[in-house]
Amino acid sequence: MTPMLIAAVLLVLMGLGYTQGFSRSRALLAADGARLHSRPQYHGALVALWVLVPAILVLALWVMFGPGVSRAFIVSQLPADIVALEGSQLNIAIARIQAIASGFGVAGEVAPWETAAGETYAQFHFLTLLLVVGAAAGLGILALLYARKRITPALRARNAVERAIGWLLLACSAVAVLTTFGIVASLLTEAIRFFTFVNPLDFFFGTVWNPRFSSTGSDAQGQYGLLPLLWGTIMVAGIAMLVAVPVGLMTAIYLSQYASPRMRNTIKPVIEVLAGIPTIVYGFFALVTMGPALAALGQAIGVEIRATSALTAGLVMGIMIIPFISSLSDDILRQVPQAMRDGSLGLGATQNETIRRVLLPAALPGIVGATLLAISRAIGETMIVVMAAGNSPILRANPAEPISTVTVTIVNQLTGDSDFAGPQSLVAFALGLTLFAMTLVLNVVALMIVRRFREQYE
Amino acid sequence: MADTTTSTDAAARARRETIRKGLGRRHLTEKLFRGFGIGAILIALGLVGTLFWMVISKGYPAFTQANATLEVYFDPEILSFDPAPVRGAGQSDADYRAAHLGWQRAVTMANWNRIVENAVVNAAPQGFEIGSREALALIDAGERHRLRDMFVANPNLLGQRVSVDMLASANTDNWLKGTIDRNLPDARQQLAASTRQLADMMLENGTIEFRFAWHIFTNVDSRAAPAAAGLAGAFVGSLYMMLVVIVLAVPIGVASAIYLEEFAPKNRLTDLIEVNINNLAAVPSIVFGLLGAAVFIRYFGLPLSAPIVGGLVLTLMTLPTIIIATRSSLRAVPPSLRQAALGLGASKTQMVFHHVLPITFPGILTATIIGVAQALGETAPLLLIGMNAFVAAIPATPFDQSSALPVQIYLWQGNENRNFFEARTSAAIMVLLGLMITLNAIAVILRQRLERRK
Repeated sequence: MTPMLIAAVLLVLMGLGYTQGFSRSRALLAADGARLHSRPQYHGALVALWVLVPAILVLALWVMFGPGVSRAFIVSQLPADIVALEGSQLNIAIARIQAIASGFGVAGEVAPWETAAGETYAQFHFLTLLLVVGAAAGLGILALLYARKRITPALRARNAVERAIGWLLLACSAVAVLTTFGIVASLLTEAIRFFTFVNPLDFFFGTVWNPRFSSTGSDAQGQYGLLPLLWGTIMVAGIAMLVAVPVGLMTAIYLSQYASPRMRNTIKPVIEVLAGIPTIVYGFFALVTMGPALAALGQAIGVEIRATSALTAGLVMGIMIIPFISSLSDDILRQVPQAMRDGSLGLGATQNETIRRVLLPAALPGIVGATLLAISRAIGETMIVVMAAGNSPILRANPAEPISTVTVTIVNQLTGDSDFAGPQSLVAFALGLTLFAMTLVLNVVALMIVRRFREQYE
Repeated sequence: MADTTTSTDAAARARRETIRKGLGRRHLTEKLFRGFGIGAILIALGLVGTLFWMVISKGYPAFTQANATLEVYFDPEILSFDPAPVRGAGQSDADYRAAHLGWQRAVTMANWNRIVENAVVNAAPQGFEIGSREALALIDAGERHRLRDMFVANPNLLGQRVSVDMLASANTDNWLKGTIDRNLPDARQQLAASTRQLADMMLENGTIEFRFAWHIFTNVDSRAAPAAAGLAGAFVGSLYMMLVVIVLAVPIGVASAIYLEEFAPKNRLTDLIEVNINNLAAVPSIVFGLLGAAVFIRYFGLPLSAPIVGGLVLTLMTLPTIIIATRSSLRAVPPSLRQAALGLGASKTQMVFHHVLPITFPGILTATIIGVAQALGETAPLLLIGMNAFVAAIPATPFDQSSALPVQIYLWQGNENRNFFEARTSAAIMVLLGLMITLNAIAVILRQRLERRK
């Protein structure tokens, strides 16, 4: 309700500003026949901007300090014995009064002082709201009048508006930087909190993962060894690469070197369908089809293969990554200059000799880069391993046994928990930090290799 | 002289001989190599086929469900409570509502199971012996609430016999569809022998029929009444998240792409932003979930399980995708167009917004749809912000608790009633994939239309 009201007030003011600026500059044009520097639309937009900025500033101040002021006011209304209470009980009392004031009501008996405080707070709240909206609107109108007075034929309204647009665009691009900053900051702070419970050496070099049950105890219980999870992650990613690299690369080679344009145009989109399928679907496929099929195969050849295992998850993850490798390799193979291929073929080499001895060595850096990107994707993949890897964080070498990975453990430790009190949930951030660092290094190296490869042939 | 000619001749012949000898092997290698290529393509195509075949063959049966048409007797002896309150002359609104609520509570307390059970027993052939629990097991547990709601809406039903379509229970559905092995011993069957026998008889005499299960689309998730569980709540939750993504990610993404491609000076800051975006595109999605849990939920105090938080997390995740795709379509605009605009006196901003941007519209649209499709299928970050909570309601606003389509799939695949929910999960996957294919098809069609118009 309130945000809608504020937005409506702002919009009306801005509309007013625009029409004022527009008609004022138009009038100037008509009155003395002078040439305007900017067209009336720009004058209108400039006035609207002048209205918006002070109003937004007031509202931003309110958003930042409003809750604190309200809280201070409520505390001033409370009896002394309540104010003396512990933090959480005081918070409950304040929340109760806010609920009474909003007219929503609270459960249980309402003390008379609560009703009184609720009423005064409701009045206070209403008054401050009125004050803030009034101040925003008033400042907006003042700014409007000022901006309107400034309009002269020589005013460079267009330049000002364009500068504002430029800043807005820059602010939008800054969102990406802020996101990275937010990721690093939140992972680091929470991971550091985790390391106050658990020694970093025990975390990074521990071989036993046994966090015990989360009972929000303050002292560290259980063991948080990263190695079993890391090993599981590497094993699954390795199996995935064993599937994806040969199949993806051969597909790319065939489609770019042998296939007719028609065949290429039909098959490529079909394979790219695989890239668009959500990972949860792959997880379900692993659980319902791949796992039982592998178990049956194992029984037939006399090897015990568990239905949920590193092998199941890895194979399905490999399928997921095939289109990734094939489309990246395809791009890279096409960038190798035709002259190199023609030279080799002209000397009498067969197609596959050309591909193996000329094309692939030339494209190798690019393909290595693509593979690194694929590995980074594989270690960050979550749903397939959550559903099909068996969640058994034990160090073991047999891929036919259940394992657990970094991502699975993040999901297990954090799901549904939001107070992050104990190491049991905080460990998710330490794991996240590890994962982020690993993928970051892989990505940076891969992008560097790919870029250098591109420059080589451009 | 002649000597040397013969010797070079001999050498050439020998060389030709070695080449010819090796030729067979080389052509064989060539064939093998091509074979590997074709094999790889066949494997990839086969996998696409298997995946779709698995989902469709498993999910297709879930779209029809066993319905039993039973005659329900609203027995006054079982439904023995006071008649619905009538609004008195001077009664206030609040008093009447309170009285009516009290009456509804009394109605709910009545033994509706007994009504359902009697309806089943009545529909059984003469002389068929069936216990009360066994009879009740035939019908979905949610149906008694539906009968109660029918009665609350129309209290005149008391003492009447009405024919009602009721959903058979999940176990009955399994048995009739053969999703459970019919030869298993009694001890391992979910239903008692008498229930199974009755279900078979009812299917034969037409009391039970398979109908299209519309409730998959209209109902919310349910644990107590699995046969009636539907996707409506998850669908609306996903819809809200996609709205947030479209409202936030598209303008911000397009604006950053314009800045980087058209305005950015070549300096450190620009390099920093570029490297950042490339890296963000490759950050695992689960890390964005951690960001959401720490920043949006813990720091800003936004509610758990709310689509608004999910939408924000997915926005940050899809931003790089949209930026990269938009940039590549901006780069494809011919420089002559920019030069023409600038040459006629347009400012740089005017050139970008009046001439370049309209041309890239199809590209931006494609970028948007790619981003939204990616966000629609994402599951892992949503688990970390509590969207896997069980929610049995359609969220009214983006701030309410809700599930999402992929998360609902995750929840259903973990349900204990594996036989029933395997099909349900596949059906939900079909809905999700259907949505994604539709989105992509729309993108392709729109792009072709818009490009042809130029």
